[in-house]
Amino acid sequence: MTTEVGSASEVKKESDQLGADATKEKPKEVAENQQNQTTDPEEEKGSQSSPPTESQSSPRRQKKEKDPSESRGISRFIPPWLKKQKSYNLVVAKDGGDKKEPTEPVVEEQVLDKEESLPEEERQAKGDAEETAQRKQQEIKLDVKEEKPLQPVEEGRKEREGEKVKETQEAEVMDEAAKRETKEVQTNELKAEKASLKAPKKSRTAQCKVTLLDGTQYCCDLEKRAKGQVLFDKVCEHLNLLEKDYFGLVFQENPEQKNWLDPAKEIKRQLRNLPWLFSFNVKFYPPDPSQLTEDITRYFLCLQLRQDIASGRLPCSFVTHALLGSYTLQAELGDYDPEEHASHDLSDFQFAPTQTKELEEKVAELHKTHRGLSPAQADSQFLENAKRLSMYGVDLHHAKDSEGVDIKLGVCANGLLIYKDRLRINRFAWPKILKISYKRSNFYIKVRPAELEQFESTIGFKLPNHRAAKRLWKVCVEHHTFYRLVSPEQPPKAKFLTLGSKFRYSGRTQAQTRQASSLIDRPAPHFDRTSSKRVSRSLDGAPIDAVDQSLMKEFPGPAGEVSAQGPGVVSTAVVQDGDGRSDLRSPARAPHMPLIEGKKNSLRVEGDNIYVRHSNLMLEDLDKAQEEILKHQASISELKRNFMESTPEPRPNEWEKRRITPLSLQTQGSKGDLLFKDILSMKEKPQMVAARTVEEKPQEADKSSLETLNVVEEKKQAEVGKDERVIPEEMNGKELSPGRGPGEMRKVEPGLQKDSTSLSSESSGGSESEEDVGEYRPHQRVPEGSIREEQEEDAEEAAEAPGQAPKVADRERAVPAASPGPRAGAGGGPAEAGAQEKVVAPQLPAGRSADPGAAEQDAGEEAEAEPQKLNGEAAHVDTDVLPEIICCSEPPVVKTEMVTISDASQRTEISTKEVPIVQTETKTITYESPQIDGGARGDSGTLLTAQTITSESVSTTTTTHITKTVKGGISETRIEKRIVITGDGDIDHDQALAQAIREAREQHPDMSVTRVVVHKETELEEGDE
Amino acid sequence: MGTPGEGLGRCSHALIRGVPESLASGEGAAAGLPALDLAKAQREHGVLGGKLRQRLGLQLVELPPEESLPLGPLLGDTAVIQGDTALITRPWSPARRPEVDGVRKALQDLGLRIVEMGDENATLDGTDVLFTGREFFVGLSKWTNHRGAEIVADTFRDFAVSTVPVTSSSHLRGLCGMGGPRTVVAGSSEAAQKAVRAMAVLTDHPYASLTLPDDAAADCLFLRPGQPGLPPFLLHRGGGDLPNSQEALQKLSDVTLVPVSCSELEKAGAGLSSLCLVLSTRPHN
Repeated sequence: MTTEVGSASEVKKESDQLGADATKEKPKEVAENQQNQTTDPEEEKGSQSSPPTESQSSPRRQKKEKDPSESRGISRFIPPWLKKQKSYNLVVAKDGGDKKEPTEPVVEEQVLDKEESLPEEERQAKGDAEETAQRKQQEIKLDVKEEKPLQPVEEGRKEREGEKVKETQEAEVMDEAAKRETKEVQTNELKAEKASLKAPKKSRTAQCKVTLLDGTQYCCDLEKRAKGQVLFDKVCEHLNLLEKDYFGLVFQENPEQKNWLDPAKEIKRQLRNLPWLFSFNVKFYPPDPSQLTEDITRYFLCLQLRQDIASGRLPCSFVTHALLGSYTLQAELGDYDPEEHASHDLSDFQFAPTQTKELEEKVAELHKTHRGLSPAQADSQFLENAKRLSMYGVDLHHAKDSEGVDIKLGVCANGLLIYKDRLRINRFAWPKILKISYKRSNFYIKVRPAELEQFESTIGFKLPNHRAAKRLWKVCVEHHTFYRLVSPEQPPKAKFLTLGSKFRYSGRTQAQTRQASSLIDRPAPHFDRTSSKRVSRSLDGAPIDAVDQSLMKEFPGPAGEVSAQGPGVVSTAVVQDGDGRSDLRSPARAPHMPLIEGKKNSLRVEGDNIYVRHSNLMLEDLDKAQEEILKHQASISELKRNFMESTPEPRPNEWEKRRITPLSLQTQGSKGDLLFKDILSMKEKPQMVAARTVEEKPQEADKSSLETLNVVEEKKQAEVGKDERVIPEEMNGKELSPGRGPGEMRKVEPGLQKDSTSLSSESSGGSESEEDVGEYRPHQRVPEGSIREEQEEDAEEAAEAPGQAPKVADRERAVPAASPGPRAGAGGGPAEAGAQEKVVAPQLPAGRSADPGAAEQDAGEEAEAEPQKLNGEAAHVDTDVLPEIICCSEPPVVKTEMVTISDASQRTEISTKEVPIVQTETKTITYESPQIDGGARGDSGTLLTAQTITSESVSTTTTTHITKTVKGGISETRIEKRIVITGDGDIDHDQALAQAIREAREQHPDMSVTRVVVHKETELEEGDE
Repeated sequence: MGTPGEGLGRCSHALIRGVPESLASGEGAAAGLPALDLAKAQREHGVLGGKLRQRLGLQLVELPPEESLPLGPLLGDTAVIQGDTALITRPWSPARRPEVDGVRKALQDLGLRIVEMGDENATLDGTDVLFTGREFFVGLSKWTNHRGAEIVADTFRDFAVSTVPVTSSSHLRGLCGMGGPRTVVAGSSEAAQKAVRAMAVLTDHPYASLTLPDDAAADCLFLRPGQPGLPPFLLHRGGGDLPNSQEALQKLSDVTLVPVSCSELEKAGAGLSSLCLVLSTRPHN
């Protein structure tokens, strides 16, 4: 049973990710699993161990291997109907519209591949045959993953095995089911869902240990797929803390890298294979602690600050150390008692990083002066003094400026501070920052132009690695949102802005939390102040305060669903209705979402994962920024100068104003407050999914084999012409085929459409806004953004037109042919190099029923796994396919330069030299189905709407750009997706690509994929890591 | 730490150093200084001391002039004082470094915690440091380098220490000063305005700014020698040798303007901030 349980839990986790739909299905699955297991545990075992079984299963495994990322879980949970759609799509592609048939073929393939079905399984299968079938595919993938060595081991080997077994069984079941499957898929689905509801949920739990601020530990068992919020709420409940928005949970990748647990995401995914150890910390330091409602909140803040001071994170002068220490004593020990305290050994307390006897004496001396202060009052005094410290609430990140000089970036309530050594050399108040982005290990801020200047300047900083850059970016987004926004409400125009990366601060803003806390109506809770002295002693063996198992149950609830849906909505909306739904945000759409989401998910599962590490936001910005930079590069100094000059601008005015007005309290910058609003509300689920995939893979992305690299370049090209064909030659010099922008991963262009939309010119997927964190003037931006996006062609775009089956699928196959040489990216393992192409290749030949085995072999081990999956989907397509154009080019090493200006005071020293930050190898492959474009391109038509949506996951950023145009009475919808996968060597880019394509297809069944451009960049430098 | 900004100008003592004859003779000339009227300079210096003692009620500690240290009167360059801590600087000019000795001794005697620079790569002139009550700005001028500024930051850890590029051939304090806890006074020269803009960017705190016609007039001293409730003083040159700035200075409310002139000493590079060091021996009261 243990095994079973384990598997069940996993399932749940995965399902969570998927979203609401998934959730529903979970129960079913669980039930299935149980059944299977119960039925023949023996068989399971047998299947694993027995050679014959293995052989049969091998194809699966191979497939699995392919999907390194995480398809496993996802596919399972995808609702049946989604699968149907897939099949539909496929069919459509071939025949132009038969839905029913397609489904069957898919199933068959599966069957063929894995005919292992067991009788017993069949029985089980009855009820959920269809679902099972769907699942099986997914499951298969799952297995593969597990087998991968690289993947993080979340659970013991045993568990894996168990899962495999289950999967296998399931797969078999599914196969049978598939056979049975007919046209009634939908019906089946319904049944399945019902069934699922009935089924009991089993889940696995993980024990979480949270180190609290007083040094004690809180332990609880949590469902493994629980989201961060669950744990956080649990901890706050344990602490009796209501004003919890200032706090967060931290997990550490290593001693130097602290990561905030995202409440909206699953813990497991965030941790990867890290132990479930957390610490409870202050995340947002209240600028004015006296405004906190409850003493208990202030108490926790004090505890945090004492830690900060003792560790040296919060530097203090001797006097301040003494003063703060004395308040600590007053709070913990009460009034100074000569008899009791005279002999007190203060060395047990830590008042400073390095504590001297002199300090202790001073502390004792000051302690005497606090007579009469209650603990709460002493805490308040402590905070009043601590809050004035210049580094109070400043989150420091190590970085380098353009000259390679070590600096620190400090994120705080007011903005971004730049330190060199201990000196503040520059400061960017939030209102001054237009955009925050990161690309690879570079972090960029776009700064509002000075009054007299025309150009916005972009300032770049080099972080130690990609993850550090992302972490910094996230912290910036969160701080800006928390401190500067009144509420998460989004203004109408916000949409575009919102498009940014998927990640947004999801909690309450400071304004909101203040409002909420003003409503707190409870008697001041009693709490015991732990002696800091005692704490230090007990740290190691901290007692476990409580174990809470209730969490498990709570978890599955609606919450998960909600969150999942939210994100999904956005993406969905876009995809489905190109026509009417321009509004991604509107809640009303939510209902649609689930479906859409499901599709996406399913797609991903089956397919390959496209992934990318960089956030598009960054990309776009970067690109832009870079362009600008390039422009200026002739005179970099000029740019710098601009920057320098620009900096001062905002302020002077304010100062002037103040001069007139009473000196009193003018606070700066209400201006910037609105920046992030838009973003907040929407979480993009799709991203999450993607993220999942990526995340599960062990590989982290730091090495960054860059696929994104060339984005900049790509954009340029894109801008040049709408036709992709224009291209890359310049860049790469070796392009075989005519069209594709180097950067584009894929474009899918719909041919004609049911919607009456036909695709219009290719718009670039909006790389633009993904990560823009803060724009001050959203309004302005929006329009701009749209325009830009159109122009730009992003590397990866997937457009799908409904109805046009034929064109679609092909790009993937093209790949194999293309497979040029190995792309040896430093970051990307060898596997990556060939992967994309290989994957594709198998599919082509294979057709639906094709021999998966053969194909797989061809492809390569890893590749193999995917092909099969792909086959299911892709195969159909292939048949119809139009000729594809494949271009492969391996561009020479590209040196990317970044201009970094970090020091406001050093103008004169700024040199014009260009600092090569990264050396990269880039490779571009384009798959294109020529036909489609022809029609659309002729005249660009009139642009109706353009939208860009960006989603981001750990290593992937997806930007979707949707353009609607009207041409001669026919409206075209073009969807371009750019997916940037950032990662270190471990990421399987091929899989990612395959998945992306699948997703695109699934999402937009009626659209066709017209073009896929794969651009890989590999960073040669190792600097990133 | 006290209340931010409220600590600005709190003082009980003032430290000055007499004008040696060498200031007007070859020594000064050798230092590239224009000839000056020694008697007038000494008279100005005497008046300054008198105002500090009588008008402001400060305990005046006067170090004797040393002929070997022509610029000795400019002791504002030799130390940066905040609260109970005095950072003894390392002036850019090697010839001036011996000046710190007497000052160190005096400050030590007054009970301040003495911090030494201790870095031979660091240069710091005290008048490149502006303390606003909430934070420090250190002008990176021809006299003060980054390392010197870093030591300021290291010494006064409670405060943000920001660097400000100084584009003219003057010290930061020759371009701007504090007219009150929340008011920066600056000259109208381009260099002064640039410095102020840079400061505006770097600060977390809102300050008002007051622009004066003369840069030199911005080198004023906001002093609060009395009890907390009493209005503070602003020692300035607007009423004396720089009349153009008087009108603007009168916009400052809540301060008692105390005009003083040092036009002759200015020829030697002196300003109010360099001619005296103020400190409080009761920083926390």
